[in-house]
Amino acid sequence: MFLAMLGEAWRAMGANRLRTFLTMLGMVIGVGSVVLMMAVGQGAQESVKESINAMGSNLFIVLSGSSTAGGARSGSGNSSSLTVKDANAISELDGVSNIAPISMGNAQVVFGGNNWSTSIIGTTPTYLDIRVWELVDGYVFSDSDIRSATRVALVGKTVVDNIFGDVDPIGKTIRIKQNPFVVLGVLKSKGQSLDGRDQDDTIIIPLTTAQRKILGNQFAGSVRQIMVQANTPEAMPLVEQNINGLLNQRHNIREGADSDFFVRNLTAVANSAAETTRTMSLLLGAIASVSLLVGGIGIMNIMLVSVTERTREIGIRMAIGARERDILLQFLLEAIVISVIGCLIGLFLGITGAMLVNQLTQAAVVISGNSVMIAFAVAASVGIFFGFYPARKAARLNPIEALRYQ
Amino acid sequence: MAKSVVLVSNLYKDYQTAAGAITVLKQVDFSMEAGDFVAIMGPSGSGKSTFMNILGCLDKPTSGRYTLDGHEVATLDSNTLAKIRNQTIGFVFQGFNLLSRVNLLDNVALPLVYSGANKAERQMRAKVLLDKVGLEQHVNALPNQISGGQQQRVAIARALVNHPRLILADEPTGNLDSKTSEDIMALFSELNADGISIVLVTHESDIAAHASRQVRFLDGRIVQDERSRAIVLATESKEKIEEKEPN
Ligand SMILES: Nc1ncnc2c1ncn2[C@@H]1O[C@H](COP(=O)(O)OP(=O)(O)OP(=O)(O)O)[C@@H](O)[C@H]1O
Ligand SMILES: [Mg+2]
Repeated sequence: MFLAMLGEAWRAMGANRLRTFLTMLGMVIGVGSVVLMMAVGQGAQESVKESINAMGSNLFIVLSGSSTAGGARSGSGNSSSLTVKDANAISELDGVSNIAPISMGNAQVVFGGNNWSTSIIGTTPTYLDIRVWELVDGYVFSDSDIRSATRVALVGKTVVDNIFGDVDPIGKTIRIKQNPFVVLGVLKSKGQSLDGRDQDDTIIIPLTTAQRKILGNQFAGSVRQIMVQANTPEAMPLVEQNINGLLNQRHNIREGADSDFFVRNLTAVANSAAETTRTMSLLLGAIASVSLLVGGIGIMNIMLVSVTERTREIGIRMAIGARERDILLQFLLEAIVISVIGCLIGLFLGITGAMLVNQLTQAAVVISGNSVMIAFAVAASVGIFFGFYPARKAARLNPIEALRYQ
Repeated sequence: MAKSVVLVSNLYKDYQTAAGAITVLKQVDFSMEAGDFVAIMGPSGSGKSTFMNILGCLDKPTSGRYTLDGHEVATLDSNTLAKIRNQTIGFVFQGFNLLSRVNLLDNVALPLVYSGANKAERQMRAKVLLDKVGLEQHVNALPNQISGGQQQRVAIARALVNHPRLILADEPTGNLDSKTSEDIMALFSELNADGISIVLVTHESDIAAHASRQVRFLDGRIVQDERSRAIVLATESKEKIEEKEPN
């Protein structure tokens, strides 16, 4: 019985191929765009999540310079307000698990005949702990390297690719601003940061070496930034408050006066970035859902036309014993078959499209079984929902009036 | 007296038209016993098809009672009516009413789809009946690929496919030549001999002569209802014998 009806639905669809195709197209586009948008949206969320994990957790960054009302940092040149001593004082605060003072700048790096301009980060070994940054090869410099300002370096993947090529960097000597440095280790690739910088285009050297040999003319002990890690997310507000209090006191800044530093909650920034992508992908999904809805209305429209056209057929079927539910099922089945086939084609095209986006733009896409299932379930329900009204209309026809319909 | 299969009393049927209500059937009383073979005659527009549609549970009377197999039809729900149309009644429509996109085999097999028969059984039964009406070579043809007379025979085959106990045929020989008409009437007579009740609308008195009873409609009323002469004679002689017997 059911198979016979499925056959009927198939035949009815075959009787008007162009129309069936066009109806299906609405569904194909709807499902295809939902799948594509979900893939792109989830991909974006996924890569933001990755960047956040790569950044490290519960992070503050204390920057030198003053913050104006608009939040813009003024005079990063007069950047000598923060010191290693400040950093050490912060590390004594309750709730702080790690700190890393940072000085940085750009410099030319040379190895053999190759040279490359990259960012130089002068810091302590804790920096790598805070950032959860591992080495793929070699080892990290030690605190004694900091004390004696040795010329050793950890190189990022982009730097390796650009100046070493196939050569194993470990133990080789590179020149940074003419100074020879021995490569101790190679950093594991971290990819892009939230703001789109290539985090692997960097060289990490001991803080003291950076201050004395590379970044020059800063008075000893001054740093550009201090990275602070709190124990727990809950501790963050208090830690932020305490850093502000401590530094104001150390820098002799009276209450109400402008600070010469400011504290930025990186985790909050990251979370808001995650929130933004989430909203964006929801928005994409919502827009795509509208096209699914339009596809559903297309099905309803065509089914209504089809019921009217086939009024006589319905009359005949009723006259020879079709019950209301047989007629209902017949038309419902037709709508469902159209939407399910449309959905399958849409899934295929959506997934293909997502892969194409991935190939062409390198943007991450995630095609989860969940989103495929959701698209499928939605499509089937759209078929049932929009097919039901026309099908019920058909089933409610009076047999004799339907038979007389011309 | 045998139990009535069909019992119609004081039946009226109105149609609403732009010009107001018209009464198409008036005060119709009609009863039929199992095994009856009734021919309905009457001029065009006299209400014959309207009456057949009501008998076939396709249409409802405006007033009056219709009892089928002892059930008051007005009280039956739509599923029961569908089942009756499917299994109790075989209806041959004046306009054939075949599905135009479906081949003859599937057209004939359609009632079996709704009675839940499996595919093999449906095809087997449909083939037997197409064979019976002489269309075995055309099982895969579409209705528009065969003649009007052939379509009429397909409609008859479809009406018979589900072993109905009551056949309602609205001018089943209207499009047939006299030879084919005779074949079809022979088929009906054969079915009637097997105990199937038949109501048949026709304009031709020689077709009506196959029936055991002729009913004439005029302007929505039954104006004449008589047994065939042969049967009347037989009954009369039987009555005479009965009259004599006590003596
Ligand atoms: N749905 C309807 N609406 C209005 N009037 C109708 C309707 N159906 C039938 N009639 C009218 O009822 C009358 C009887 O029609 P019916 O079809 O029963 O006649 P008939 O005896 O079968 O005629 P024929 O021999 O031509 O088939 C006709 O006058 C017709 O115009
Ligand atoms: Mg008629």
